[in-house]
Amino acid sequence: MKITIKGAHLFDPNNNVDEVGDLYIEDDRVTDNFSATSSQIEIDAKGLYLLPGFVDIHSHFREPGNEDAETIETGSRAAVKGGYTSVAVMPNTNPPIDNEGVARFIKEKAKEANKCRIFPIGTITKGRKGSELSEMGHLYEAGCVAFSDDGECVKNSATIRRALEYSLLIDVPIIEHPEDTTLTSEGQINEGVISTRLGLIGIPDVSEASMVARDILLAKFTGGKLHLAHISSENSVDCLKYGKNKGIKVTSEVTPHHLLLTEEEVVHFDTNTKMKPPLRTKSDIEALQKALKKGIIDAVATDHAPHPDYAKELEYSLAPFGVVGLETAFSALYTRLVLSEKISMEGLIQSMTNKPAGILNLPVGEIKEGGTADFTLVDLNAEWTVDPAKFASKSANSPFIGWKLKGVIKFTIVGGILAFNEGEFL
Amino acid sequence: MMNRKDLLGIEDLSREEIEEILEVAKSMEEILERPIKKAPTLRGITIANLFFEPSTRTLSSFALAEKRLSADSINLSASSSSVLKGETLLDTARNIEAMEVDIIVIRHSMPGAPHLLAKRLEASVVNAGDGTHEHPTQTLLDLMTIRKRFSEFDKLKVAIIGDIRHSRVARSLILGLHKMGCEVTVCGPPTLIPKWMDVFKVGINYNIEEVIPDKDILYILRIQKERQDQSFLPSMREYIKYYSLTYERLKKYASPEIVIMHAGPMNRGIEIESRVADSEFSLILDQVTAGVAVRMSILYLLSRRKLNENNN
Amino acid sequence: MGVKFREKRTLMNEEEMQWALRRIAHELIEHNSRLKEICIIGIRKRGDKLAKRIAEILGELTSWDIKVGVLDITLYRDDLTTYGPKPIIGSTYFPCNIDNLNVLLVDDVIYTGRTIRAALDEIIDYGRPSAIRLATMVTRSGRELPIMPDYSGTSVNLLEGEEVQVFLSEIDGQDSVKIIEVSTNDE
Repeated sequence: MKITIKGAHLFDPNNNVDEVGDLYIEDDRVTDNFSATSSQIEIDAKGLYLLPGFVDIHSHFREPGNEDAETIETGSRAAVKGGYTSVAVMPNTNPPIDNEGVARFIKEKAKEANKCRIFPIGTITKGRKGSELSEMGHLYEAGCVAFSDDGECVKNSATIRRALEYSLLIDVPIIEHPEDTTLTSEGQINEGVISTRLGLIGIPDVSEASMVARDILLAKFTGGKLHLAHISSENSVDCLKYGKNKGIKVTSEVTPHHLLLTEEEVVHFDTNTKMKPPLRTKSDIEALQKALKKGIIDAVATDHAPHPDYAKELEYSLAPFGVVGLETAFSALYTRLVLSEKISMEGLIQSMTNKPAGILNLPVGEIKEGGTADFTLVDLNAEWTVDPAKFASKSANSPFIGWKLKGVIKFTIVGGILAFNEGEFL
Repeated sequence: MMNRKDLLGIEDLSREEIEEILEVAKSMEEILERPIKKAPTLRGITIANLFFEPSTRTLSSFALAEKRLSADSINLSASSSSVLKGETLLDTARNIEAMEVDIIVIRHSMPGAPHLLAKRLEASVVNAGDGTHEHPTQTLLDLMTIRKRFSEFDKLKVAIIGDIRHSRVARSLILGLHKMGCEVTVCGPPTLIPKWMDVFKVGINYNIEEVIPDKDILYILRIQKERQDQSFLPSMREYIKYYSLTYERLKKYASPEIVIMHAGPMNRGIEIESRVADSEFSLILDQVTAGVAVRMSILYLLSRRKLNENNN
Repeated sequence: MGVKFREKRTLMNEEEMQWALRRIAHELIEHNSRLKEICIIGIRKRGDKLAKRIAEILGELTSWDIKVGVLDITLYRDDLTTYGPKPIIGSTYFPCNIDNLNVLLVDDVIYTGRTIRAALDEIIDYGRPSAIRLATMVTRSGRELPIMPDYSGTSVNLLEGEEVQVFLSEIDGQDSVKIIEVSTNDE
């Protein structure tokens, strides 16, 4: 399969590419030597930016077990619609990815869907129960790119220590969901002004920072690779600074909603503002934005967590935690952070492409001879309004509904195949 | 108030609206003094009382208010409801609305439950208490009781004493008192007063004996035994020692014109000494009387909106 | 947006209104020669002023025990009784127990009859008078219910767009009955 992309603004900060030009793709690679035989697909990309496809290292595709929220098929549609070419999916499925069978099932389904690349993440402990380690070796061989009990924190410090030690065998990160559940039990939103006003039980930010601190010190002690999921507070950022300064093998991620929204969003009891960790305060947002800019937080990850609407149309305290994010991530961050000059375009793209790819060792598009042909073409000037009726995802639980955003994904190419073509899926 | 579909909290009400409700409540009181305590005002209006938490006072107060105005009212309690069979709150409410119910009065253990219904239903929704969030009708009857005794709200000094953290009565009352121009101080054990309370612009003091002296009104909150189990308090005994409103404390520290209020139900001997509850300082029973009139007022004003719509 | 009044003509002046009230009082006395006491109830917010005036005149002419009360019918309205955009509930005051008493109900204008119906309902909720009679200053055609006043100051048929308004010195600074044209302007 040959693809020609004409007149795009080629932008790959990791490879110092920032110019208007043409790109030629043959099979799954970028090629300089384009033979005379015509390409099967020609894309007129005038006015569009050609970026490496985004890499999401934290998504929930719910299959197997919760297919009414999302399936691997619908999740991968949402991904390519949002410009994502690689997605790592969390193992809190039912059954969980704590054995090779489920890992292979997911790889099969991903192949069937044939859109974005999908990589399973295995559990740290059997059944995510937090006591016995899962067979990380077997899981790795079955295709798992990291291990996490996400959704749950590994409460027992001895267990997470063992996991970090054991992972030295395989050399992939242990991803922790940092939450001290004795501090967060029954909590619904950030503990602060809004929770006091609304009478909702709060989740204090120290519940996250204390686990971040614990795990960073254990990473130092064991020498294992630690990745911290969905950082949400200033206190956690301070702990990460310590980790980076000491040269500890710790990486971390932050979600678009934590970068853009505060607890103030909750005042109307809209359950699309409910997730874990919760939305926090203005000073937390500022700390997170600065941390991402400076590289103290390495990557953006969506924590795409679909829930069907009947599940979210409940009393706030009963509604499940989580919001979707694949289809809005880039546009929201581009509009609110890049256009308002809080972060550079280079910085944003790197935090959504090569940096997350580097953490889990995933393929990432590169605009260079022989580079992987994982790309997305974006019209940065086009405006759109977030409308869940138009989502490719099966679920509509987005905190950005009604937002007017700039940046429309027009095409997504995965391994040289046009997976998303102006509204049409492969 | 008549442009409102629902009454969800004191937070949304303006001072003018509060005044309106209290004015109309005064007229409603008259009906309660007649030999035939009925007016046909809400004839043809159907009201469902959806109570997911047990309640004697609030439920009977609403039920009486509805009957006094000749509305048709039905009572649904959690134990007999379909929610036990797994039906969601929204579905339960939708089913009730489908039977041509005009107003739903809901008491629920979770904050925001009335808001969920108000957003999705055509029927008017009245919040009779949503978890630890708000209890607007309680505050309105409290304000009516205060007005009858003091006639002016301006600069009245009120102390709210007890478990502020878990009290919807406190939250609504603070908002209501501020809107009417009163000064509020909260008092209780540090574990039961949230760190961020100062965002409500109230005074905070953990010592009851310092709080009592210059106050016009002492509003006592009920303390629940569960708080001891959850480690908010070491024991009830300790709570009584430091925070119970005893006759002795009252006589020693309070001004002779002091007034005592309590939303009920009271734990006699715990947050309030029996003698104090029955003393000449207590407005507790007046609060209950005001409750029916205020609820009549609210139901009347909400239903006027519907009738106005039908006319136009 | 505003409601505009344009006075078209005067139906009764101050003197004519005085005479009408006196005549009503005399008619009342004529029909109730054996009466010893009476309760006169005026409907807010002009009927009660007229009720007081009738009570004064009766007080001059008889030695009856005369009590005066006020009725606010807001809570008894059917929704077709229009009183303006915002029904303010005034208080109702009964001066005595009305069981077995003669009651004279007084209002400024009777038109559809719905206000009077509401007033009758309210009175009967209060007690069982032996009789209720109705006196109005103006009887306007257009009844929607079978209710007629026993005593009336004057009658009038109106054209479309016309209203009749009773002005009283206690409220409006002058005594008169005027035909007015009402129009609403949407600006």
